Amino acid sequence: MNAPNKSGWKPAMAVDEDGLHNGPQTTTGNRALMLEEPLLFEIGHAETTGVDLPEFDPDASSRLGGFERSDPIGLVGLTEPETVRHYTRLSRQNYGIDLGFFPLGSCTMKHNPRLNEKIARLPGFADVHPLAPQSTVQGALEVVHQLGHWLCTLTGMPAVAMSPKAGAHGELCGILAIRAAHIARGDARKVVLVPESAHGTNPATAAFAGYEVEDIAATAEGRVDVEALKARLGPDVAGVMITNPNTCGLFEKDFREIADAVHDAGGYVYCDGANFNAIVGRVRPGDLGVDAMHINLHKTFSTPHGGGGPGSGPVVLSEALAPFAPLPFVRQTEDGAFELVEEERREDTRDQTFGRMTAFHGQMGMFTRALTYMLSHGADGLKQVAEDAVLNANYILRSMEDVLHAPFAESGPCMHEALFGDKDFGGDLSTLDLAKGLIDEGFHPMTVYFPLVVHGAMLVEPTETESKASIDQFITAFRSLVERAVAGDESLKQAPYYAPRRRLDETGAARKPKLSWTEPTE
Amino acid sequence: MRYLPLTDTDRSDMLAKIGAETIDDLFVDVPAVAQLDGPIRDLPMHASEMAVERHMKRLAGKNLAAGDAPFFLGAGAYRHHIPASVDTVIQRGEFLTAYTPYQPEIAQGTLQMLYEFQTQVARLYGCAVANASLYDGSTACWEAVAMAGRVTKRNRAVLSGALHPHYAQVVKTMAQFTGGTIADAQPAIAAEPDLDGLVSRIDDETSCVVVQYPDILGRISDLSKLAEAAHEKGALLIAVNTEPVALGAIKSPGEMGADIVVGEGQAIGVGLQFGGPYLGLFAVRDPKHVRQMPGRLCGETSDAEGKRGFVLTLSTREQHIRREKATSNICTNSGLCALAFTVHMTLLGEKGLRELAAENHRLACHAADRLAKVPGVSLLNNAFFNEFTIMVNGKPSRELVRDLADRGVLGGVSLGRLYPGIEALEQALLVAVTETTTEDDIEALATELETLLQETTA
Repeated sequence: MNAPNKSGWKPAMAVDEDGLHNGPQTTTGNRALMLEEPLLFEIGHAETTGVDLPEFDPDASSRLGGFERSDPIGLVGLTEPETVRHYTRLSRQNYGIDLGFFPLGSCTMKHNPRLNEKIARLPGFADVHPLAPQSTVQGALEVVHQLGHWLCTLTGMPAVAMSPKAGAHGELCGILAIRAAHIARGDARKVVLVPESAHGTNPATAAFAGYEVEDIAATAEGRVDVEALKARLGPDVAGVMITNPNTCGLFEKDFREIADAVHDAGGYVYCDGANFNAIVGRVRPGDLGVDAMHINLHKTFSTPHGGGGPGSGPVVLSEALAPFAPLPFVRQTEDGAFELVEEERREDTRDQTFGRMTAFHGQMGMFTRALTYMLSHGADGLKQVAEDAVLNANYILRSMEDVLHAPFAESGPCMHEALFGDKDFGGDLSTLDLAKGLIDEGFHPMTVYFPLVVHGAMLVEPTETESKASIDQFITAFRSLVERAVAGDESLKQAPYYAPRRRLDETGAARKPKLSWTEPTE
Repeated sequence: MRYLPLTDTDRSDMLAKIGAETIDDLFVDVPAVAQLDGPIRDLPMHASEMAVERHMKRLAGKNLAAGDAPFFLGAGAYRHHIPASVDTVIQRGEFLTAYTPYQPEIAQGTLQMLYEFQTQVARLYGCAVANASLYDGSTACWEAVAMAGRVTKRNRAVLSGALHPHYAQVVKTMAQFTGGTIADAQPAIAAEPDLDGLVSRIDDETSCVVVQYPDILGRISDLSKLAEAAHEKGALLIAVNTEPVALGAIKSPGEMGADIVVGEGQAIGVGLQFGGPYLGLFAVRDPKHVRQMPGRLCGETSDAEGKRGFVLTLSTREQHIRREKATSNICTNSGLCALAFTVHMTLLGEKGLRELAAENHRLACHAADRLAKVPGVSLLNNAFFNEFTIMVNGKPSRELVRDLADRGVLGGVSLGRLYPGIEALEQALLVAVTETTTEDDIEALATELETLLQETTA
């Protein structure tokens, strides 16, 4: 059994009758380093500013066509010291990878190397306009080209579309390429098959692109039911969207057989590459019969998640789909220069492009970070990334399965994430209660209630950037919480106790939505 | 490998616990056809921080940064001064390395910031509710068209000819798959936008009219007139703004009657970055449309002790709950860019934004007057904010921009590049001027233009 912490200090478990370690109330509501912070609109003023600009002259001549703004906008400002303090205080109410273990399954919260941040801020990358003359941005185009080469080589695919802005946008790119390919051969099909365990973006993307979505059943071992899938294939099925490794954390070992069957039926294979980090440098999806796969640069190649983006979702494409890829794209000309192709031109390889997905060329700021990450790791380091991620996940799976329901523990090794369920919990305790208990223990909870195929799912993804000591500490805390949950410890129902906020009323928030600040009426 | 904490001893201890002999035992489910016998060939091996930095710096050095030349590019991406404290805040690990705030008790920093962001955007746009951001202005524009279809249950969008051509292409690309009809047009070279022509294209099947404000040529349209005409036919007015600083000087689209206001937020807090990541802004004037909005929304609530707190809300619109019935497939958005926008907007405040807008306009007026004095150059616009169109006699603007670049001046965006193959637009050049533009820059552009045009006529 591991000590709860390395200093050797053991927490006293004695608590007062409320089950809390409450000291006296403070006058301010602050608790030492836990600082309350009002809203910007409660502390700022219309006349306060943190920048020095020439005074506004209402009598200055203008050529605004008579559309001058007369009413106040309703914004408020702070000086620089106040601004920095306001957002620094807010930042401290957030959990991030820099603070601790963040095992959010399927989201891949790994360390974000700071060299990548430094590189992205070089003026030659950060201060370059997307429509600058191409002779002045050869280095930027070369970054796009080099990154594309890495992505194609790592996936074993011949082509890549770089412009999609995030994973779901990449899915859309792949599905639109499939749709365009079918339409081009006069065979517009209607249905896309998606496993029940898929990310919600998969069915949403297929529907957004105009397809009907049908579920594919899973087997008891947590993989796609190949026979059921084959039985459903036919002239109306445009393709399948399969995540591999899948969201149960398992490798779809029949992927090649599925891909062959789909191709034989005239369909295309979309692979959701959200979990590519488990196999990067070890397995090339191109060897498995994939036609299109997006790669979340913010997952596998560690560009920061930033509290919900920005992401980046380049899509690798097979020979069959490459001609339909969106504009613009970068290519190298015979004289070695790099060219951004923005217009549809018949002599280009993408002569049947389905169009344009975004105003400019993609998430350049993420490209520079991802390329820096790849160069740092190299082919050998990326392989080690996949292996350590998978090793860590299996270590957690095998360290927990004696106390916690692990529905697919018998299905073979897991990949980069381990899946558990809450069926053995006592009382009316659920996965949510355990997750909130983890917050008190100083960890970010795992992904909960996803995938939908497991009751009270808990999807734990440690990633490769955790030390064994960090993982052992998590396992110790996780096991103790599982024991409390199985024993029906009701105190978990009120967790978290020690976070900046107790449980928040999400139902109330949705019933009477308050989505922007308004001046108090009294 | 500096980013991987496991030691070889750790690895063998962990394999022992798992009951595996080697790491290969954990990949047994990968079929033989896809098993590689070592690191992927044709890629380099790992490299030191110093070596990687050297490689990337060499690439960065091949670009001409906007700050190193007289610079006049706009057309949907604008160069403004970003106060140093913006980057300091967004580099805090608690913001930078956090995830989407699905566990609100330990994500109040991101959530409260998003609530402030939504309030700032709603007020700037003159709307009731803004969402927590989308990818960029162009995708926000398509999302607005899709939403108008859901609200009106109609499927014909009318695009102004003076909508950014890339935005129009994104809308048309999507519509060809969703069964929508898009009525678009070329921009007409004229001092004033052709509102009557646009109004005449609205019919009883029209779901929305999409108009850019200020438009791609920098002109400013009377949105009230368009809103009235759209509403008369039961259609929504979608206003697209690509330069939020303008709204510190001109009326907001919401107050002029636009139903959905979308745009690009890059100009505030987010650098040029060769086109991304940027920041999609999305707001609705009427709160009754909230449940048809795409993307994440942050709302106020309270915790079990009655303390105010914030959560993501109305998620029954979203893909992770509704799957194929969601209002959009969007998941990850532009959280960190939203933070940069909010911090910059907080530093500006009402006073700073108005002053910033005024300074942009003052310099743009000066530049327009100066350039119009160059022989062979005339100013197209009657009205403009910080970007205007000049007509150049003697040389296609696309060539002119390249020649200017050869002389060290980043002189604007040619309409020839934005609308390839359309002869009527070949002589037009978009020129953007911001507070970062100096009088020397303006003089440099005027002088080089004059030299180049003289060479042509000679």
